[in-house]
Order: sequence, then structure tokens, then C-alpha cells
Amino acid sequence: MRKYDELIFEVSREGRRAYSLPQNDVNEIPLEDIIPSEFLSDKEVELPEVSEVDVVRHFTNLSNKNYGVDTGFYPLGSCTMKYNPKINEDMAALSGFTDIHPYQSEETVQGALELMYNLDKQLSEISGMARSTIQPAAGAHGELTGLMIIKAYHDSRGDKKRTKIIVPDSAHGTNPSSAQVAGFDVVEIKSDKYGAVDIESLKAALNDEIAGLMLTNPSTLGLFEKNIKLIADLVHEAGGLLYYDGANMNAILGITRPGDMGFDVMHYNIHKTFSTPHGGGGPGSGPVGVREDLVKFLPAPVIEKKEDKFILDYNRPESIGKIKGFYGNFNVMVKAYTYILSMGAEGLKEASETAVLNANYMMNKLKDHYYLPIDQICKHEFVLGGLKETNLEVATLDIAKRLLDYGYHPPTVYFPLIVEGAIMIEPTETESKETLDGFIDTMTQIAKEADSDPNLLKNAPYNTPVRRVDEGKAARELVLKWSK
Amino acid sequence: MHRYIPNTEEDKKLMLDSIGVESIDNLFDDVPKELKLNRKLDIGKALSEPEIIKHMTSLSDKNMSTEELTCFLGAGAYDHYIPSIVRHLAMRSEFYTSYTPYQAEISQGTLQVIFEYQTMLCNITGMDVTNASMYDGPTATAEASIMACDSTRRKSIIVSKTVHPEVRKVMATYLKFRDIELKEVDMIDGVTDIEKLRAMVDKTTAGVVVGYPNFFGIIEDMTEVEKIVHENKANLIMYTDPISLGILKTPGELGADIVVGEGQSLGNKLSFGGPYLGFLAAKSKLVRKLPGRIVGQTEDVDGKRAFVLTLQAREQHIRRYKATSNICSNQGLNMVMAAIYMTTMGKNGLKEVAMQSTQKAHYAYNELIKSGKYKPLFNKPFFKEFAVTSDIEAAKINSELLQNGILGGYELSKDYSELNNGLLFCVTEKRTKNEIDELARVMEVIA
Repeated sequence: MRKYDELIFEVSREGRRAYSLPQNDVNEIPLEDIIPSEFLSDKEVELPEVSEVDVVRHFTNLSNKNYGVDTGFYPLGSCTMKYNPKINEDMAALSGFTDIHPYQSEETVQGALELMYNLDKQLSEISGMARSTIQPAAGAHGELTGLMIIKAYHDSRGDKKRTKIIVPDSAHGTNPSSAQVAGFDVVEIKSDKYGAVDIESLKAALNDEIAGLMLTNPSTLGLFEKNIKLIADLVHEAGGLLYYDGANMNAILGITRPGDMGFDVMHYNIHKTFSTPHGGGGPGSGPVGVREDLVKFLPAPVIEKKEDKFILDYNRPESIGKIKGFYGNFNVMVKAYTYILSMGAEGLKEASETAVLNANYMMNKLKDHYYLPIDQICKHEFVLGGLKETNLEVATLDIAKRLLDYGYHPPTVYFPLIVEGAIMIEPTETESKETLDGFIDTMTQIAKEADSDPNLLKNAPYNTPVRRVDEGKAARELVLKWSK
Repeated sequence: MHRYIPNTEEDKKLMLDSIGVESIDNLFDDVPKELKLNRKLDIGKALSEPEIIKHMTSLSDKNMSTEELTCFLGAGAYDHYIPSIVRHLAMRSEFYTSYTPYQAEISQGTLQVIFEYQTMLCNITGMDVTNASMYDGPTATAEASIMACDSTRRKSIIVSKTVHPEVRKVMATYLKFRDIELKEVDMIDGVTDIEKLRAMVDKTTAGVVVGYPNFFGIIEDMTEVEKIVHENKANLIMYTDPISLGILKTPGELGADIVVGEGQSLGNKLSFGGPYLGFLAAKSKLVRKLPGRIVGQTEDVDGKRAFVLTLQAREQHIRRYKATSNICSNQGLNMVMAAIYMTTMGKNGLKEVAMQSTQKAHYAYNELIKSGKYKPLFNKPFFKEFAVTSDIEAAKINSELLQNGILGGYELSKDYSELNNGLLFCVTEKRTKNEIDELARVMEVIA
């Protein structure tokens, strides 16, 4: 790989130019005559001056220092890094989808509205909910929306006491933080030794101040919550609602549905389950599905079909309001919709079945060298607790960093919090047995290295564009932008 | 067998044997029988690529795009020119199929782009720190409001009626659930009513949100606003159009504590409203209250310059309940496009876009009000948008324009009942003199 270590500001040279615009063809009036000079800047715009080839070389070389799903295996538990189909990108790039303004009159965007309406139907069918909104921009945003709906539900019943949300200690960090952003207090309950909801803990926590329980099923340990019916009954009897964190939907597509399990509100992570690309941090999308009597609280507008036309229905007096500008991450929706067309009902089911098969296969092979806290059939992901042989020198972090030398993105590490030194592995269905075997062999190799030469791991990685970075220095000496 | 699922029946058999179960069904034995969906999902069967293309093209064809219609519609989503290289570079698979850059050693590409974006965004807004993106302008403003309350320990936010209606609606939703009071201050001649603002701001005010330019395209004088806000030790939050910063003074220079806005104009397509790009920038004293991901510069063990996500203790994956926000996935790829756009346009390009937009908007304005049939709604200096009114219904005007292949202005009565028949027009650097003349010609003959 080429060595390229420039910042664009270091490449910048006065007078260089990359942009292209036609000449202004209207009569030019001095700017001071149209905008008072006290509003006008007397300084230069502080952006680089580079030629087009500079820009292309710069970003191309930067991309070479990155690693995508297209590069290799990405067994990140909880992230569902499945293959991002290219037909999705092509369809999303159609001008009829990219070049439409959100405020165009309805009759000029019937195709877009039809897509959103169809997607609502598909997503609702897959989750077993009555209707879904696609306004939330990400999973956490969906959680926030769902929690607001739960609050609105209790408020509408005149029940102002319900100020708390129960969250298991195994939950993803966005669960408690979303609850806080929605204005709730959080009550944390302990998981049992299987990483499942401890029923006695739950019973003790339930009372008339509880608005709801947030749950992931399968759990963040990749295990199906067998007591889900009981949990749903307990929460409902106590007057609360049950919220489903859909991050793990890839385990159950076409097999079981949150709506059938008793959940009242749920969110999807489109960029996980429905193959849309992670983009180096986004954009995602977090549609929220609700049961029938909560539909009135959905954010406005809702896409409805009236006779043969699709409309944006803003007449939603009990809606929680808008949670995002315009209608949601529409272009991400186009990709998800394309994916659902590519898979069909059978394809989605096969995806989940194979994801679960791949995970169990890996788990059974890796437990020879790594500690498996809960040895039972898993779903689409599983959690290891570091090396099988207690090794006081080598931490989970070191294993992760050594994996980089072998050309793999490491699994999720140090989550869920209830397993010490957690390594969460989610292969997804888009990986072949050979890829899985290659990763298993490498993990086995690393376990041997940990035994024979721990320092090798502690100082890893060696073969990456940069070696282990000093996070302490970054936080102590804040340099958050370039200066001359 | 599906093209995205490599393992064949043979592979599966080998794997099942290795696990020690008979069939895949056994892997779901722990799902209670009564919860199993014993039917196919009602979502249709799989389509092949050619069939998908046919279906999607027919849906796409039911939309009229800005390729066919000349766009004079703005109101928060803008038709600016996107250089050809933006898409080519952002769509390199190492950028778009990569994950959040938690593993710094193999994410230097993404991390450095974020660092450069942070630098450029801070430079054009005149602020000290910013993050790797928010969902959009409206949610960024909602989160900035929460930040202001958190930093001052106060519970009231004021927003000008001249700020985008969608921004105000999203703020209202977020703040209502946090028991934060949201007050709207009236406008007068299209700008914030200073006397009413003066009466409203007090020691319970955490922040005041104003538009720069505002929703009507007007450039408001911030001098008095800044004084009033800071006298009361509140935060001045300015919602800005990044393109305008090609010619206007930076919000930083004008005394903003927090700058928010919609970055869609920076290299991102209209896309029917999303995905867009929210930005939130602040003075350094507020850095630890900032939501979202922040990239910092550091070194690796060999002393080599490297970039890494920093101050992660603010974020949900570390701080959980006490995090400054719940944001996890943001608008990463849209930020990459904005970074490439700002790099490509550069110092002179951004200025040129702003200049041409201003010149063309003012040319259009003068042409439209020439005959007296259309009157300006406000008498204030504006950037690339302006509002006019007449005796004709706004919807009728737009309908006529549409028949002539023109996407007309935003109907202001939707959000401002007193601005009956008002239309907000936007002219960017993409519009030509001929297109503007055609707009004026068609509008002149509407009865």
C-alpha cells in the first residue's frame, strides 16, 4: 500500500482550484448594494485550495486505509455487518428518487409515496405490528420515538405516575440513554446466569411508576428469551408497555415476530437487518412499528392511500409530533425496499436461518480455545469471555488488535457489560463456510500466540496503516481540528 | 439458494453435523411453539435483478424530478450543484461499506475525513469544535437546546418565529418530553421582533435560537439579539445555511455560542428529504457537553500522527444513562460527501456559489416585482430566498408553474396563516438567466 499521510490542508496551495461553475449570466450588482456591508465577511473563506486530481488522490488514498464489508469479514456482534448489495445502490441512485424535493406537491411524487407506503406494510408484516413510521433516522432515534409514544400513551390515559423505564443490565447503551433523552428515569434490572431477564428481579421492579420495559430478543448475548410470554404478561399486568429493540431482528425474520411475542412498540435498524451500508457511521434508519391502538401517536405525516392516490396525512391530532425534518432517511428506505424485493419472504427466512447456523457453527468451534460463559444453542450471535485458559497478561483488547494483523475486523468487544472481557461475534448469513473456517483458524492461532508469546499480542497490531493509537493523549491534549 | 447467502445445502449439512444437530429447525427449538410464525411472510416472492430494475424504474418514473422541472423551491432543501467527483469518491466501498471507526488502526480513512470535516465546518462557522454529524438541522437544533439547558442548568428555550417551521416542530417534540419550556418570539417585517425578545429573555432562559439567514432568506441583524442573550447569560444558538457563509460574517464573529444547521447543501442530493446532514458546532468551553462522535488527533506507538474517536465518555456506549445524547449512528456518509464538497469547492468556490445564488436571487426578485403584480412580503436584505405575495392563490400559481415545467415556491400560509398567498422562492447558482426570465414570464401571465 502507498504511504500517504497528508492532511488536505497540507496539500493546499494558493491559486489551485477544483470546482467548475458557469459564469454568472445575470447582471451583477455590487454585493454591498444588496446586502449591508456589516453583514458581509471581510475575511477569506478558510477552505483548502486544491486541484481536482489532488482531491481524487487524497480521498482515494484515505479510502485505502479503511476496511469495509466489501474488503473482508466483519463479525461485529449486534451490528449485523451483512453484505451491502449493489443493486440497492443503483436503484437508490435513480434520478426519480434522488432529485425530488420533499416539498413537491403530492401528485409529482406518487412513486416515492407509494414506496414508503409499501415499505410500511412490509416492515409491519415482518414485525407483526399494525403500522410503522419511517421518520426516525437511526436505531437510537427509533428508540427515542418509541419511548415518546409510550409516554404519550400513558399521558392519554391520564396516568402521570409512569416516569420510569426498566432496562436490563445487558442492554445496548442507547437503551438507557434514549430513555433519558425521552425524559424517563431508568431502573436497571439484573440478568440471570443465562443473560436472560431475571423474572424475580423484574417482578420486584414492576409497579405503577413503570411506563415500560425495553428488551432485545434474542438478548444481547444472542440467546432467545424463552420467558418472553411471561415477561410480556407481567409488564402488561403492571400497566406498562413492552418495547422491542430490533437490533437483533436478523435472527428471527420469518420465524417469529415481536408483535406475536407481546411487544407493543418496536424499532428496526435498517442498516443492520436490511443490508443498507453503514457508511462509516451512517446514515442508518430506525423505523418504529406499533400495535393498533398506538397508531394515533405516530409522528406526522403518515403516508395513507386514498382511492388510488398516496397522500401525506398531517391530520394526526394525537401524534407525538415531528421527530425529524421531512419524512425520514428516504434514500436509505429505497435500498431497504430493494433488498426486501431481492429476498422475498423465503429469502428473509433463509437469511435468518443461515445467520443462526453460521453463528452456532463458529461458537462450537471456538469454545475449544475461548471461554464460552453460556454453552447453549445461540441465535445469530454469541458472546465469548476471553481466552479459555486464564491468561492474566492478555486482554480481550489485545486479541482484537492482533486480529487486525490477520486482515480481519475484530468482533464487538467489551459489550455486553455483563460478560467480562466480552467478545461478541455475529457472522451473518452472507459469509461462506470457508470465511468462517479462516476466522476460526486465525482465532485458534491467536490463542496459541497468547500462550507462547503474550507480548506479541500486547503490542499488536503491526501490519496496519497506523499501530495502536494513544487514546489517552487524544483526550488529554485535545486537538479537534487542524490549525496552521 | 440465494445469491447473497453463499452456504449451499452441502455446506449447511457439514455445519449441522459439526454442531451436532439434525436440522436448522433444531436451532430454533428454544422458540416457544405458539410464537412460531407458521406461514410465509406476506411480502411477496423474491425478484431477480432485471425484475427489480423494472419495478423500481416504474416507481421512479412516477416522480417528477428536478431534472425535468426547473427548481425554484428551497425552504430547507436546496438544489445546489454537486461536483462529479463527490459521488465517485464517497462511493468507494472502503468508505461506504465500513463501520463506525471504533478500531482506529484500520479506520484512518474515515477518521481523517471526519477530522478534516470538523476543521472545515469550524472554519466556515467561526466555532472551535464540532462533531461527526447529527441527523439533520432540526434534530441538531433540538439537541443544541438540550445542551444549552444542561450547561446553564436552566429550563427554558426561546426560538424566533422566523426559524424554519420544521425546526420549531422538532424542537417542540424533543423539549416537551424533557419538561423544557419552549417559547416562540414573534416576528415583525420578517425578522425577530427585538422588543418582544427583550421582554421575553430572562434568567430562566438557557438559549435563544435564531436563523441566519432565517426561513424567509432574510439576513437578520444580530447585534441587539447578541446583547440581550448574553446580558442574561444565555446561549446564542444560530441556525445557519452553510452556503451563505461563503459571503457572510461567520456566526462565531457575531457571538454565537452554538451553531447548528442543515448541511444538505454541501454536496448532498435532495433525496426527498433524507438522508441529510445536521451540524452542531460550539465554543470550546462546551466541548464536553457536545453530543455525538468527535475525532481527535494523536499518535500511535511509533509516534506517527493518527486520528481516533475521542472524549467517548460523553457517549451512550460508555456513559449510558448519563450520556450527553443517545445518538449512535449518525449521518457518516453524508458528512463524507460534505467534506469532499467543501474540499472541491474550496476557498473561492464556496464564495462563488454564494455570490451567484445571491445575484440570481436578486435578479429574480427584481424581475418578479417589476410590474407590481407581485409584491415583496418583507423589506429586508436577503440571501438566496425571498417571499412575494399577490391577489392570486399561491397554490394556483404553483399549479400553473408546474404545467410550464417549473417547481414554484413554498406556500407560506401552510405555516404562517397571516402570510396568505405568500410564496417563498429560492434561486441557486444552478439557475440560469433564461430559466429566471421564464419564471417571471409565466408568473406575469397567470390570471
